[in-house]
Order: sequence, then C-alpha cells, then structure tokens
Amino acid sequence: MAADIESEVETIVSVEKLHKSFGKAVAIDEISFQIKRGEVVGLLGANGAGKSTTIQILLGLIAQTSGKVSIFGMDPWKKRVAVLQRCNFSSAYVALPYNLKVIENLDVFAQLYGVSNRKKKIEELLQLFEVDHLAQKMTGGLSSGESTRVNLCKALLNDPEFLLLDEPTASLDPDIADKVRKLLAQVQAERHMTVLYTSHNMRDVQELCQRVLFLHQGKIIAEGSSEAILSHFGQETLEEVFIAIARNQVTTSLLSGEHN
Amino acid sequence: MGLCNRYFYIYTRSGFRLLDVIFWPVMDLVVWGLIAKYFMRLNSDNPTAVSFLLGAIIFFNILNRAQQSISVSFLEDLWSRNLLNAFVAPITVAEFVASTFVVGLTQIFAVSLIMSVLAFCLYTFNILAISFALIPLFLNLLFMGWSVGMFTTALIFRFGHQAEALAWAVPFLIQPVSAVFYPVSVLPDWLQPVAYMVPATYVFEGMRAVLSGNVEIASYLLKAAGLNIFYFIAISIFFGAMLNSARERGALAKLVL
Repeated sequence: MAADIESEVETIVSVEKLHKSFGKAVAIDEISFQIKRGEVVGLLGANGAGKSTTIQILLGLIAQTSGKVSIFGMDPWKKRVAVLQRCNFSSAYVALPYNLKVIENLDVFAQLYGVSNRKKKIEELLQLFEVDHLAQKMTGGLSSGESTRVNLCKALLNDPEFLLLDEPTASLDPDIADKVRKLLAQVQAERHMTVLYTSHNMRDVQELCQRVLFLHQGKIIAEGSSEAILSHFGQETLEEVFIAIARNQVTTSLLSGEHN
Repeated sequence: MGLCNRYFYIYTRSGFRLLDVIFWPVMDLVVWGLIAKYFMRLNSDNPTAVSFLLGAIIFFNILNRAQQSISVSFLEDLWSRNLLNAFVAPITVAEFVASTFVVGLTQIFAVSLIMSVLAFCLYTFNILAISFALIPLFLNLLFMGWSVGMFTTALIFRFGHQAEALAWAVPFLIQPVSAVFYPVSVLPDWLQPVAYMVPATYVFEGMRAVLSGNVEIASYLLKAAGLNIFYFIAISIFFGAMLNSARERGALAKLVL
C-alpha cells in the first residue's frame, strides 16, 4: 500500500491510451507513457508525428478524443489552475509582449503565478541566465538568444515542478544554444525538476534527456534511453535514427522503455 | 491584478494605442458636432437636435469601447504571439475576461470624460443634464458592450483569424437598429421589432427622453437591464461553448501559436 502511494506521488505525468483525431485524420493514436518526478524526457518526431498535439493536450489547449491524461494526479482541464500553478512552459515560438520592458514582463507573470518576493526572484533568474543587463530593455528589441533566455526566466518564475520546453534552443547560434543547454541541465539538477522536452536538435536531446519517446504517425514507436534507442535501431546518432524513421527506412517495431 | 498591470503597461507604453483610444472618439465628436450645428443653422425648429447627436456620440462610444476592450485586447494578445503564455498561466478564463472588463472601464471613464469636457467647451453640451439617469444608462451600455465583446471573441474562437475584422465591425452592424441617432419610429415597421430586442435602443431612447425634459425613464432602464441580463448570460454560455469547441477542433492551439 505504502509503495503504491509512493509510486502515485512520484508519477508527475500519466498518459493512458491518448487518442486525438481531427475528423478522419488521426493525430495521436492511443499513446501511453508516464513521466516520473525529476525525469527529463525528450519527445521526438518528424513534423506531423503528433508531438505538438501531445504537448497541447497536456497544456489544455486541445481536448483529447479519448484516453486519460493526468498531471500531479489531476485532470489538467478540470483542475486547470491547480495544475498550471505547478507547471510552466517555454517555447521558441511564443513571445512575451514586445512593448513591455523585460522586467515588466517578468513582473506581470510573477504576479500571475503568485510568486512571493517577486523582485528578488526576478533578479536571481536574470542573473542566472546572464541577462540582468537587459532588465530595462524593451522585450521587442531583444535578439533571439536574449529572448530565449528571458522566456526561460519566465518559465522558471514559479519554480515549476513540471516544465514543458518546446524547442527552446531553436534559432540560437551554437554558442548560445550550448549555454542554454548547460543552464537548463544545471537548473534541472538543482531543483530535481521534471521536464518534457521537444526539439529537432538531437544534440540537445542526447545531452539533456534521460529518456526519449519517439513518435511516428501518432504512435510511440520507441521509448528508452538514447543509448537503448541507438542500439535498437542500429544507428550511430539520434539524428540518424530520426531521419531513418521519418523516411520509413527502418522497421518501426516497438522498443518499450522501462516505464511500460 | 497581473493581467490589469499588463494592459496598463501596453496602453501607456504605446502612443499609437492611446491615439486609437482617444483620437477616433474625439474626431467623431468634433465632426458630428459641427454637422449638427450646421443643420441647426439650416433649420432651427428643434434646438435639442445638437444635444441628441452629441449625447448619442458620447454614449455610442461607451458601447464601442466596452466591446473593443474585450475583442481588441484579445486580438492584441494574438498578434503579439503572447496569448499562449497567458493561457497556460494559472488564471481562469473568467479572470482573463474580467481583466479586460476592468481595462475597458478605465478607458471608457477616461475617454468619456475627455469627450464630455470637449462637448461642453465646443458646443456647450452638458452631459450632466442627463442627471441621475446618467449612471444607469452608462451601466447598461457598458454591459451591452461587454456582451458584444464576448460574442465577437467567441466568433473569433469559432472562425479564427478570418473573423478578426468583426472586432471593429460588430458595434457598427448593430448601430442601425440601436436607435443611436434616430428614434425607433424612423425605422421601417418590419425592422422595429428587431430594434426593440437591442438593449442599447432603450438607452438611446431614454437619453433622448431625458434631454427632452421627460424625467420618467424607468421603463426604458428596466427593459434595457432585463435584455442585458438575458444576453450576458446567453453570451457567456455561447463563449464557453465556442472555447470548448475550439479546444476540441484544435482551433484554439492554432490561434494562440
């Protein structure tokens, strides 16, 4: 009984037989996975594989056709505010209002997340991501790299237990991408944060993710550590696996991860 | 509070937004006021005509601003690609909408004050002549504006970006059947029942009654309030249904990303 309770507490995200279709088009075909506390899980797949739909369902932007999703043991739509209070999100494709100063944007979101001692928290994060000199700058005037790091500051304002990152290093140069990766790894380790990470940058995934879910045509076709996936598909890098799957050059027999 | 602060920063930071909020209502007032004075010079039979017109312009601005405070604020979040950040913050949809109500109320107070002072200075039209009826008339227009704003936003949920123009168009689609500038009796017989289904009709008829010296306008106010309550509830349900439908169709994600 005690073990059951512990297991329940430690599962941050649970997805069971999740299915989503738009008319006759099936976007997600009965996928199931779990994410444990402190895990960093990469969600990979070619365009149209179903990863954006999966993330959007987790964020409550899309309603599933069938199946069950729970975050912290709660339905993310029915208990939306309680779930979102403990989560956060950052995407290279989502901006903060451009005509507010960086500090104003972060202060607004700190208020929305009910952060106590907002000024101190914002200063800490700006220093952590080495963007404290941008505090008084207009958000619309930031470069891609600066904008990404400010978005990550926003995503960490509430010390989220579960963080969704959608291609956080997209459009960054290799130097800044490397810095961002290292900072994310550091923050994740310090806070034992649970992270769901999507990226088309396989280096990001190999460096940061302890486990990878490969989606193809709405199904999870491989799940496991990067090493296990490389070995299963007989490829040298995750990029080669990605290309082989996208081009249907490999038999997509299911590789089950340790959580199935 | 956080959302209200965000709108405060957006509006005070953007000169063009302030221009949009203040410039058009003031231009309306100046141009229509001058036209009314000209007609008065041509035919001075009805000295209250200028008052009717100026009162109508100030009051219609309340309705229009209340509507836009919801629909245009929503569009601005869409255009700045920020809506997703707001949607995944721990705030309810009701809180999100309520913050646009508060922002709209602040804008309306500011713009109505400017217009009222200008109307007095330029045309010696005193909005306070409406006396105690001013507050219930104002509140009725505010509620109708909010309902129309929610309805417009719900249509954007349903039809996506192609419906964006409605954020500006809807108040002007309703205007001909709202008795803004003329009494309902001017409308063709077949259109009059439609006008009587619009809360603003009773507000504008009531305003004209007060300016004509009739102090008994309780029936106008009650009819407007009754219709407003009905529409507010119905449109809130419609708004929720369109939001859920957008989630199910994946349209919400397409809109906010």
